[in-house]
Amino acid sequence: MDDLCRLTLHEAKVLLERGECSAVELTEACLARIEQVEGRVRAFLTVTPDEALEQARAADEARARGSSAPLLGLPVAVKDVISTRDVRTTCGSRMLEHYVPPYDATAVVRLREAGAVLLGKTNTDEFAMGSSTENSAFFATRNPWDVERVPGGSSGGSAAAVAADECLAALGTDTGGSVRQPASLCGVVGLKPTYGRISRYGLIAYASSLDQIGTLTKDVADAALLLELLAGRDPRDATSADVEVPTYTAALTGDVRGVRLGVIREWLEHPGLDPGVAAAVQGALETLTALGAEVRDVTLPHSEYALPVYYLIAPAEASSNLARYDGVAYGFRASGAGDIWELFARTRGAGFGAEVKRRIMLGTYALSAGYYDQYYKKAQKVRTLIKADFDRAFEAVDVVVGPTSPVPAFRLGERVDDPLQMYLADIFTISVNLAGLPGISVPCGFADGLPVGLQLIGRPWDEATLLRVAHAYEQATPWHARKPDLS
Amino acid sequence: MEYEAIIGLEVHVQLLTRSKMFCGCDANYQDAPPNTHVCPVCLGLPGALPVINRRAVEYTIMTGLALNCQIAQVTKWDRKNYHYPDLPKDYQISQYDLPLTANGYLTIDVDGRPKRIGIRRVHLEEDTGRLYHVDGRALVDYNRSGVPLIEIVSEPDIRSPEEARLYLQKLRTIVRYLGVSSGDMEAGALRVDANVSVRPVGQETFGTQVEVKNMNSFRSVKLALEYEIERQIGVLKAGGTVVRETRGWVESEGRTVSQRSKEEAHDYRYFPEPDLPPLEIAPAWVEALRKALPELPDEKAVRYRREYGLSSYDAGLIVADRHVAEWYEQAVALGAQARPAVPPKTLANWLTGEIFRLMHERDQDIESLNLSPAALVELLGLVADGTINNNVAKSVLRDVIESGTPPAQIVEERGLRQISDEAQLAHIVARVLDQHPDEVQAYLNGREQVAKWLMGQVMRATRGKANPKVVMSLLTQQLEARRSSQE
Repeated sequence: MDDLCRLTLHEAKVLLERGECSAVELTEACLARIEQVEGRVRAFLTVTPDEALEQARAADEARARGSSAPLLGLPVAVKDVISTRDVRTTCGSRMLEHYVPPYDATAVVRLREAGAVLLGKTNTDEFAMGSSTENSAFFATRNPWDVERVPGGSSGGSAAAVAADECLAALGTDTGGSVRQPASLCGVVGLKPTYGRISRYGLIAYASSLDQIGTLTKDVADAALLLELLAGRDPRDATSADVEVPTYTAALTGDVRGVRLGVIREWLEHPGLDPGVAAAVQGALETLTALGAEVRDVTLPHSEYALPVYYLIAPAEASSNLARYDGVAYGFRASGAGDIWELFARTRGAGFGAEVKRRIMLGTYALSAGYYDQYYKKAQKVRTLIKADFDRAFEAVDVVVGPTSPVPAFRLGERVDDPLQMYLADIFTISVNLAGLPGISVPCGFADGLPVGLQLIGRPWDEATLLRVAHAYEQATPWHARKPDLS
Repeated sequence: MEYEAIIGLEVHVQLLTRSKMFCGCDANYQDAPPNTHVCPVCLGLPGALPVINRRAVEYTIMTGLALNCQIAQVTKWDRKNYHYPDLPKDYQISQYDLPLTANGYLTIDVDGRPKRIGIRRVHLEEDTGRLYHVDGRALVDYNRSGVPLIEIVSEPDIRSPEEARLYLQKLRTIVRYLGVSSGDMEAGALRVDANVSVRPVGQETFGTQVEVKNMNSFRSVKLALEYEIERQIGVLKAGGTVVRETRGWVESEGRTVSQRSKEEAHDYRYFPEPDLPPLEIAPAWVEALRKALPELPDEKAVRYRREYGLSSYDAGLIVADRHVAEWYEQAVALGAQARPAVPPKTLANWLTGEIFRLMHERDQDIESLNLSPAALVELLGLVADGTINNNVAKSVLRDVIESGTPPAQIVEERGLRQISDEAQLAHIVARVLDQHPDEVQAYLNGREQVAKWLMGQVMRATRGKANPKVVMSLLTQQLEARRSSQE
């Protein structure tokens, strides 16, 4: 029964439905696994064993009464930037160390309604700002494949927890690659849907026009299962789209014949691309060709500006989104302030970490009178050009393909003192957020024993094609079945 | 040297929507215990998102239409970033460069001549919470946070505190007619900031502008503007220069004091609100709202002059309050049905004369005054058919208001029926003349005005009930008869 935690959602679902295991057993297996590996992985900021077991018991009772809710009794984890009622939600920040939301994010509501068991909250770079989870104010999460290396970020806690079998699946958030990049580094599947596909209500904002909730799962079928539940218009989020949600699990036909894949030349020839990563991606393209997909080249000429554009828009929005953490109504409040202005300054000075402060200052500058046109406004214009590149590419192909991360997992501490080097970790994922497109990272091999991810990018709202291609590839390769050795 | 004042007003008006601007909380917070009309959205809790209140948009469009503004085809919201403890998100969702409505005007009546005051824009935003200082501590009540607020910005077309008062009165009348706001300045539903400058008469360019805040009543607006204009003229006459700054009106001291210089002015770092997509305003929507607009005070006044033959002064008095106008129109309709009919002009004379006087005396408005339009028509019907005379009617009116008893019943119970019987009155007249031989003699000696005094004596003898026309004719007859008998 110790192996129960190694199951995917859909595998565990079958066992539960057949009565071959209970939700309590599944949850106990995950809690035992957390107990066993958490000292090395450190994926969770908060584990809620009592609440989880209570939910599991309730799920077993509900099943006995005939309920067949889609995630009934399945243990999952939630990134700690997504609000959970009565469970503290820290954003990996001292600022919210003791903040307990009085409400659930819409995505969490949907998980609960589907019967899922919530195990706890996973580690993140502070306010999702980072690519290694080292910017957490509490501790760094380790990569289960090599605990001296980072899991990626900012959803590093969720990716590591899934890779280490501490949960069956997890929610993450992706603003510039924060689901796909850690998925790539941890050898799991990371899906970032189209902007507006999943409600952001309750997702604590970093950069509102880029943030999107995504999933970290052990295979593509689980990603489809979760998206089916989470997607759809939410009246509480004006940016959530009223677009039909297909049955994603039914899209996983295994057939990719005739699908046109566009390889991004600029990315495969990028000087920063690790040769091992390049080889793995090249191998994946050959596999997909063998499966009947047509592979051709596409070009995204403006994608080289994605990084600077992102680092103007995201910090600008962040500077405004994070202004509310001022010590007045909730969260950390510095002591000893003489007046309200000193209270603001001291609270923010002591409550935020270095990277958050850096981005707040960058964003404040970019929005300042006299600089708005040349920075923020210009960045928005280039963003439009980046999106137009993708639109052009999608005239010729159905899915755009490339590496997720230029490198496999790097060593802890290797990039913390060099923000620009850290920012380069997201060089291939950021343009997807800027264009609002869906993207998925699937395991496509190893480089020096570390997982490599293949990134597939789809048309707006066409997650179905993305999942179909990713699933067909996954089923034809052994990568997703490999597990890190944490014994 | 002669100086003239240049005044522009920024007026904030709270809208009377049922729910707040961006959440479902009850917007009517008056008298509610602190922080009871709040939710994650209007408290600015992490992760909460705004959703636009459609009714608030409609109220803004209606106000724009009533102020002859153009309605935007596409509008959007922007974030106005500043730190203050009453602002839970530390930014206010407002409108920057694409206001809902713009470029209109409002007409005021200056010394009998119409004058147009340009309206630069009317935009829709959210209100802030309120700070209270108690025992050296600052407390925040967020009940008001998120209440819809429109900002109406005039062109600098106002030339005197009196014009400012007329403009504000007209504006308040209009929002009350539309039913979009209580317009109650004392309750904070209508707030005024003024931009004031002075220049030598004949000079084309504007002087340095000073913003005046903290005016909490129409009276304080007038006093503050008068003070500020005098202050600026004084500075110039003394050879100084006016400093561009924000000044606050201190009611208790009757002066304005400097609050903030231009160097300390906020950089609000406006940028488009990423949580709210731009809003398209369909022309059909605007047309439907235009059709549904009530008849506005200016149109009403024109109609009263044309249809009822009222003077523009009387028409203006009646239309200044929507409830008074509605009351009047009900009375006019009933008056037309009455036999004999009671004409609109008579009703207007009674309304603007006797009834306004009673309202003022009793500090009541038309609604709280215990007088139905039907009661006035009934009362004036009794005058028209000769049952009572005008003076008795005034006394009966007071009785109706105090007791709620119908006029005819009061006339009967108090025995106020007019005496028109000639034989009965001739007897009384003769008796009065016999009792006052000196006055009769004076009349006969040519002091004809004594007839009026004698008339008063007859009215007194009949306790005001005598038909004055009959009395006058009998008096003349009998006095002339006595002249003949003397000769």
